[in-house]
Amino acid sequence: MVTAAPSELALGLAERALTYAQERGPDQAEVLYLGEDSALTRFANSEIHQNVAESNATVNVRMVFGTRVGVASTNRLDEEGLRRVAEAAEALSRLSEENPDFRSLPEPVPIESAGGAFAASTAASTPEARAAGARALIGVADSLGVRAFGSFSTSIDTIAVATSLGIRAHQASTRAHVTTVAMGDDGEAGWAEAVAVDVDRVDPEAVGREAAQRAVRSRGAASLEPGDYQVVLEPYAVSDIVETIAYLGFSALAVQEGRSFYEPGKHIGAPLVSIWDDGHDPEGLPLAFDFEGVAKQRVELIRDGHAVDLVYDSLTAGKEGKRSTGHALPAPNPWGPFAINLAMAPGEASRDDLVRGMERGLLVTRFHYTNPVHPKRAIVTGMTRDGTFLVERGEVVGPVRNLRFTQSYLDALAGVEAVSRERQLLRGYFTSLLVPAVRIGAFTFTGATEF
Amino acid sequence: MRELTDRALDTATARGAAYAEARVVRRDERAIVVKTGTVAALATSESEGIGVRALVDGAWGFAATRSLGPADVERAADDAVRIARASATAIRRPVQLDERRPAHGTYATDVRIDPFAVPLEQTTATLLDADARMRAVEGVAFTEALFAAQREAKTFAASDGSFVEQTITHVGGSIEANAVEGDEVQRRSYPDNGGGYRAAGYEWFEELRLVEQAERVAGEAVALLHAPQCPPGRRTLVLDPSQLYLQIHESCGHPTELDRVFGTEAAYAGTSFLTTDKLGSFRYGSELVDIVADATAPGGLGSFGWDDEGVAAQSVPLVKEGIFVGYQSSRETAPRLGRKSSGGMRADGWNRIPLIRMTNINLLPRPGMTLEQIIEDTDDGLYLHTNRSWSIDDRRLNFQFATEVAWEIKGGKLGQMYRNPTYTGITYEFWRNCDAVGDTSSYRLLGTPNCGKGEPGQAAHVGHGCSGARFRDVQVGVGKW
Repeated sequence: MVTAAPSELALGLAERALTYAQERGPDQAEVLYLGEDSALTRFANSEIHQNVAESNATVNVRMVFGTRVGVASTNRLDEEGLRRVAEAAEALSRLSEENPDFRSLPEPVPIESAGGAFAASTAASTPEARAAGARALIGVADSLGVRAFGSFSTSIDTIAVATSLGIRAHQASTRAHVTTVAMGDDGEAGWAEAVAVDVDRVDPEAVGREAAQRAVRSRGAASLEPGDYQVVLEPYAVSDIVETIAYLGFSALAVQEGRSFYEPGKHIGAPLVSIWDDGHDPEGLPLAFDFEGVAKQRVELIRDGHAVDLVYDSLTAGKEGKRSTGHALPAPNPWGPFAINLAMAPGEASRDDLVRGMERGLLVTRFHYTNPVHPKRAIVTGMTRDGTFLVERGEVVGPVRNLRFTQSYLDALAGVEAVSRERQLLRGYFTSLLVPAVRIGAFTFTGATEF
Repeated sequence: MRELTDRALDTATARGAAYAEARVVRRDERAIVVKTGTVAALATSESEGIGVRALVDGAWGFAATRSLGPADVERAADDAVRIARASATAIRRPVQLDERRPAHGTYATDVRIDPFAVPLEQTTATLLDADARMRAVEGVAFTEALFAAQREAKTFAASDGSFVEQTITHVGGSIEANAVEGDEVQRRSYPDNGGGYRAAGYEWFEELRLVEQAERVAGEAVALLHAPQCPPGRRTLVLDPSQLYLQIHESCGHPTELDRVFGTEAAYAGTSFLTTDKLGSFRYGSELVDIVADATAPGGLGSFGWDDEGVAAQSVPLVKEGIFVGYQSSRETAPRLGRKSSGGMRADGWNRIPLIRMTNINLLPRPGMTLEQIIEDTDDGLYLHTNRSWSIDDRRLNFQFATEVAWEIKGGKLGQMYRNPTYTGITYEFWRNCDAVGDTSSYRLLGTPNCGKGEPGQAAHVGHGCSGARFRDVQVGVGKW
């Protein structure tokens, strides 16, 4: 299979591109190298139906004349390609307008390497190994009388940054990810997922068992009237709340534009709620620096229920006379900084305690297709999916059909009654998330569906 | 180019592939984003590579590489075959493809002005002008003006002798004004919140006349701040095309994708309530509802000459006089229903496999009433404009949408403006309550450039043509406000 260039080689290529860029005479220049070697085996109806691999790398050149900024990218990495992308970036930056918000590309700061980001076992993974994993997962589903749907992927991501101000940063990361829905003939469904740096720490059979058992428990789901219910949310559902809250409220650009709910010290969650972003957490998917080559700082977003800090990139930090916290996305980025290594603090309860403490409510496995309805109040709508259960007097009494919620995630965090001590590493849209299960006093369900 | 594809196909077949495809794709993009008076992005990108899909022992394998060197192309073909062999260890139904003649020919989007030849400073000046006019309206907090162009040159070749070359060009432009006060953030955008894309040249960006729309858009955003909350209740809705296109996308486009029906998207985007037992008999909507998947619509984001399996572009009915009659399908899925592919397989670049993707999913206009006449014919209702939020369950039944603005209809006239309108329903109940579809006068070809599907993720440009339409007895106002 394809193998990634070591990140030192990626940095060397970035430096070579930077040389071409600097020959164009800019005031500042930045080269970002992004490499991806990935493979994904996909299965449905308990058979493999798709199996893919790709090798790609791009070089992104940002060039600055005065405060005029232009960005060009290419995946042609021969000398001609690197020379041409530098020319393109120069032309763009000279054509651009002065940007009064732009102060400077970031100054270099020491970068502590992120331990535990790379596993040779993942890098060496083969299609045969992924197929074996899929077969093991399918086997469990077969044994429990349901069918397996999902994917097993492995990847190597390489990032390197070289700038005219002296930033030199590089990292190779690996990731193995298994997701599955088990489904039966009556429409019952159960979800499970696992992600890790090291493919050897992902057990497809165990993932398959969790999903299949959840599907079996979902058979014969009953209708339930929408309304306000106490809920226990599994980590899969909690991940959506944490990611959405960070995206809507804790980007410095969102605050600068006035579309965030954030105010320093504002009461946002129950005292049990603490959320932060930490690229160095070895339990997460570590990333030492951002796409501008700035060391990632640990940023507390919510501490004991109160809003604390925001994440910044160099542009938003410059507007406030601050330094970037290391949360830039690749240039050009009109959407602002993002927290992409999120974690929520564990509690002291076991997951079972959460359910036992519920008088009458719902145990929700995951959310589906969520979307903000009112961003500043963090009102979000979405569906439950793949395992929703009614709980009475602390016991799961049976599965229920899926429900639509329209709920302020801020109010949900304020209503957190208990948090599990176990946490699970998950993938979001843009992020990795290390999150517990939670119990919330009231959650508003506004509609129902037919399954 | 033929040398490259021949090398890939020869390698794959020599390694044992019963059938193989190679796609060489080069994608060029340019984008300009002006945010609140500054040029926030001025960027170009290019990406090229080759993807090889091989069928071995009834199973698929795919490998892609950015390098077009002979050794790397052969390695990709070799990897595709090896991956297919690994797939074959866990299949229960060997892949069978429908018959088709080998595809040959060329296709290009009709482009009058090459968007990559227009000086960037000209486009930037237009965006800055539109942006300044929005910001000149008192109360506007932040703004955005956007231009984007994409050109994809792709060669498809297959071991059955097919060889097709296509150049597809898409251009988009839009403006957006936001007003903020207290907890309220109100937005108005033009031409819709999907970016205003069309398969066309720069002439489309000029036709949008963003500068002329700027003051109106900004004024409405500010006015929304002080408009009343849209009151809840069972209401008659008249949907403008700027909202109806996404209703079609979510509640008809996705559920008629046959791969979803067969479960191959189940673990990600979900499945479909339009199961095969419903084909030909299920009442999806009222008799006024005719919906087609039309890859031949001029200007549509889903228009092409051949899909990424080499199947010629065509228009196929999905819903006819309200009855569900057809699926969007592929060479692999259609034969399972005794049908031929609808020609809907599209890949997001050289490094992705083709999936069943929407082409242009269009609600056909009906002669009889203009959109204005539909409003005049409505005694008590709401006119909803420009999508703001969307969500639907994983079988595409329970949906909820929000639009940027609503206007009350009283006695056939537009009146009070409302903010934060939302509506919800069950797909087939909603479409069965459609009692008016506008004629061609309000018909617009809209679309979205970011339809997500598949693993690894793919973003597709898909088109939706529609005129305005009316729906009775819809639940408006969801949640606690």
